[in-house]
Amino acid sequence: MSTGYPHRHLLGIEGLSPPAITYLLDLADSYVEQNRQIDKKKSTLRGRTQINLFFESSTRTSTSFELAGKRLGADVINMAVQRSSVSKGETLIDTAMTLNAMHPDVLVVRHQDSGAVHLLSQKVGCAVINAGDGAHEHPTQALLDALTIRRRRGRLEGQVVAICGDILHSRVARSNIHLLNTMGARVRVIGPPTLMPRAVEELGVEVHHDMARGLKDVDIVMMLRLQMERMQGAYVPSLKEYFHLYGLDQAKLALAKPDALIMHPGPMNRGVEIDSLVADDINRSVIREQVEMGVAVRMACLEALTRHLPNVQGEAS
Amino acid sequence: MKRPANPGAEKGKLVAYLNARLLDPASGLDTLGALLTVGDQIADLGPRLFADGVPSGVEIVDCGGLCLSPGLIDMHAFVGEPGAEHKESFASASAAAAAGGITTLICLPNTDPAIDEPAIVEYVERRARENSLVRVQPMAAITKGLKGEEMAEMGLLVEAGAVAFTDGDRTVASARVMRRALSYSTLFGKLVIQHAQDPSLSRDGVMNEGDVATRLGLAGIPVAAEAMVVERDVRLVALTGARYHVSQVTAQETLEVIRAAKARGLKVTCGTASHYFALNENAVNDYRTFAKVSPPLRTEDDRRAVIEGIKDGTIDVIVSAHLPQDVESKRLPFAQAAFGAAGLETMLAVALTLHHDHGLSLNQVLAKMTAAPARLLGLSSRGQLKAGAKADLMLFDPDKPWRVDVDKLKGKSKNTPYEGLPLTGKVAMTVVDGLKVFDERPGS
Repeated sequence: MSTGYPHRHLLGIEGLSPPAITYLLDLADSYVEQNRQIDKKKSTLRGRTQINLFFESSTRTSTSFELAGKRLGADVINMAVQRSSVSKGETLIDTAMTLNAMHPDVLVVRHQDSGAVHLLSQKVGCAVINAGDGAHEHPTQALLDALTIRRRRGRLEGQVVAICGDILHSRVARSNIHLLNTMGARVRVIGPPTLMPRAVEELGVEVHHDMARGLKDVDIVMMLRLQMERMQGAYVPSLKEYFHLYGLDQAKLALAKPDALIMHPGPMNRGVEIDSLVADDINRSVIREQVEMGVAVRMACLEALTRHLPNVQGEAS
Repeated sequence: MKRPANPGAEKGKLVAYLNARLLDPASGLDTLGALLTVGDQIADLGPRLFADGVPSGVEIVDCGGLCLSPGLIDMHAFVGEPGAEHKESFASASAAAAAGGITTLICLPNTDPAIDEPAIVEYVERRARENSLVRVQPMAAITKGLKGEEMAEMGLLVEAGAVAFTDGDRTVASARVMRRALSYSTLFGKLVIQHAQDPSLSRDGVMNEGDVATRLGLAGIPVAAEAMVVERDVRLVALTGARYHVSQVTAQETLEVIRAAKARGLKVTCGTASHYFALNENAVNDYRTFAKVSPPLRTEDDRRAVIEGIKDGTIDVIVSAHLPQDVESKRLPFAQAAFGAAGLETMLAVALTLHHDHGLSLNQVLAKMTAAPARLLGLSSRGQLKAGAKADLMLFDPDKPWRVDVDKLKGKSKNTPYEGLPLTGKVAMTVVDGLKVFDERPGS
């Protein structure tokens, strides 16, 4: 029996308890069916204002949050900040104070710096959802990944998950490590030493630099996007070499369990971290399903957080 | 409060400090007694002084049994003049210094413009003389514009009053430039002080590299960035015979390099800032930008190693590493926030944890902030209690508990990592050149 989501914000997975995670996943599960119907709308967030504040460009995450908010009946405003106030010298705190004065109920924030969303959450009166901060966390991505796995496998506990590629710069990896560990899965991280953060094993993962060894008998292969703009010549000698050593193709995938699922947070660099044949394998790739789960998870998060807001009419958890 | 324009006016004034616990790290003196100043000098001191009473015409300061020691010499403080007066001015920095028991403030050259020309040394000296409560002496740049490319005019800078050379918070990265600077500095016998952090290895880094940085998703600065610069420089010291000093050592690995260099008899010394033995990298948890300093706070093992280094003499001096930042520079996401912590008013109390918690005597702690910096910088008339020395004094209660209240700090910037924390040991009075510049004794 879930006990609800006891926090004011969703800033990261770290620190969330198994019941809190389970509560969000269960709630999200209930939205999956609704999203497949013709009438997708509910009025849970009617009268609420949701502002999507993106300091870093993103199409799929902001669209997913926008859809989630609208399907729950919220008024959703999208703000791409890098093109407006910041270029005029306004600081993050100024922006937060300005928005706060407009009385939003939920702020969905993405920022290029780790900890920025945390800082902003201290300055506003509404609920804040972290939609990705620097290399720190991307909690809704981890939740949607978990929901995808859980729906396919029935549970998270005991699953062996390999997260492969650029662990160093990946907030997706960090959030997934926290979530999967908390829920009793086993996590391996695989990547070149240059893309592996120092002391990453302290997060409770098994570290591999060799894909063949790392992928052996895993249940889930989670590929990460190689951030190409900072790669070539700096962290890896070439994209060609990277694909040769760490790109997921059929030969490498053969080492995983025969029914291993293939995941990717998108957008994919085909032929860099993943081969098209693998990415489009309808039997094993759940990449599109992840996108679908994303909307449901975000609806669940929006609902869970707004239940804690003052002046809520109706049922509080 | 301002120092009198003409301290000479009080030249002959006699002041008797009675009922004090006299502490002189230079001689090891630790006794109850009295001290007499005449004008700006110490005339006499000892347990028997004034045993038969104080002659008339002598001003009496009853120390109430508190500790009377030489005033502190802070070898590493940033003052915003010229160029960043909104962060700190000589007036505000010196008020903070006086409250912290610091009587001589050695300021960094990374101002705007940098202190890399004799005229700027003279400007700083004049501004400080006119506006500062405590004595301020500048260090000058090793390289022109702190760019690490061309040596500054060391000879002219020394003549103008520079007490040592450093590029402040920038590392002289080129081995060739560093070799030449070390070699040339032997002409003047002044210290060349390195901020040891390899810029190519630490670029983009904002905290110590390790598991905390990994968890927070912040780019790390490895200990190797510090140790390898010192390793390289030690080789250059062997080549040139220069006097070399590492401004702030933070890690076990670096201490090993310095220990080995000292054992070889090289003229290598080092300092550390009080936060490196009081705090570890966990202080940046929750992205606390007030704990963002350069070099970064290290692991608990390194913190303990720094304490050991202080105890065994590998670390020669303790500095405040005062780097004031205005709120706007710190109220930012961690990666964007400025490096630096205010330190003048907390240096003594934080250093006294070495006495309270780690078994050092008061004189052993004070030596790192008085006699040692005086010796390294050639300030022979300061940093000690003896007849003929300058009357730079600090009266303090080593056991007084207090809590750091940022609103009560005297400096302009309040970026202290100790905000709200309890500390033990507080300054009651500070005297510079025989004149009281800070007095918080009960009833004063």
